[in-house]
Amino acid sequence: MDPVSFKYIAVGLMSLGMFGAAIAVAMIFSSLINSIARNPSAESKMSRYAFIGAGMAEAMGIFSLGIAMILLFL
Amino acid sequence: MSSSPLEQFKISDILSLHIGNYDLSFTNASLFMFFAYAIIGSFFYFTAKKLQTIPNNMQSGAEVVYNFVLKVLNENTSGKGEQYFPFIFSLFLFILTLNILGLIPYGFAVTSQIIVTFALAITVFIIVTVIAFIRHGFHFFSFFLPSGTPWFLAPLMIVIEFFTYCTRPISLSMRLAANMMAGHILIAVVAGFIMMMGVAGILPISFIVVFTGFEFFVAILQAYIFTILTCVYLNDAINLH
Repeated sequence: MDPVSFKYIAVGLMSLGMFGAAIAVAMIFSSLINSIARNPSAESKMSRYAFIGAGMAEAMGIFSLGIAMILLFL
Repeated sequence: MSSSPLEQFKISDILSLHIGNYDLSFTNASLFMFFAYAIIGSFFYFTAKKLQTIPNNMQSGAEVVYNFVLKVLNENTSGKGEQYFPFIFSLFLFILTLNILGLIPYGFAVTSQIIVTFALAITVFIIVTVIAFIRHGFHFFSFFLPSGTPWFLAPLMIVIEFFTYCTRPISLSMRLAANMMAGHILIAVVAGFIMMMGVAGILPISFIVVFTGFEFFVAILQAYIFTILTCVYLNDAINLH
């Protein structure tokens, strides 16, 4: 197996990193929906924290996507 | 493929200027930063020229943005960080405008360059550390040891907290740059499929339309997250824990 095919295998493995990010964002929003169901008046405050947390959790997955892009094109 | 999706990130000189070993050319990145400055500056200048007590449309828009950033700052610093408002306001508007300018067709995404976001993040980091030292002196180092840790864990906690503190600019810059770069690369790659698919090329086009809408949301959200994390770090500096 030549190095070029190893590169593509590595890119495919890197894309598994988004898996953790997807689960994290889903857990954040599931707890958001639960908390809005318990206390509808806290919706605006909770939504703000949920978006901040989702942005930070998504960033981890985007880091792995960035490494995949670097591997693929550089 | 004759051109890779990374070609849209190439920095090209518009006016070359080399002094000695330094490359001070006016590039397309500088052009878009100038556009951001022109848009923000002219919007707020012409709005504030004739302020009315009952605001008209443009002044309402400016007041909405002003109050929004002020609320973010005051909520995260519990009211004590208001003197740093000009810095946070400029930071938020600069990043927001640069993110959105990158999504215009033929626009260059300045914040997708890691050096630009790293310059912003290291500026935030240095400013926050200097503020912490001015306000607290050497008592600032008590920030690295949370109260209530057992004595045998203290050296480990200090090392871990110090490294977490030092990776703040790296994570701050990489989050913004990677989000912007990933979005643009995905649009470029899917756009490459349009011509290949012939009549069925309507599918990649509709995906790009929907995804560009999502990218506008991500652009605004990432500017907001950068600002809110800056306010959180400022809060750490002003009120230690």
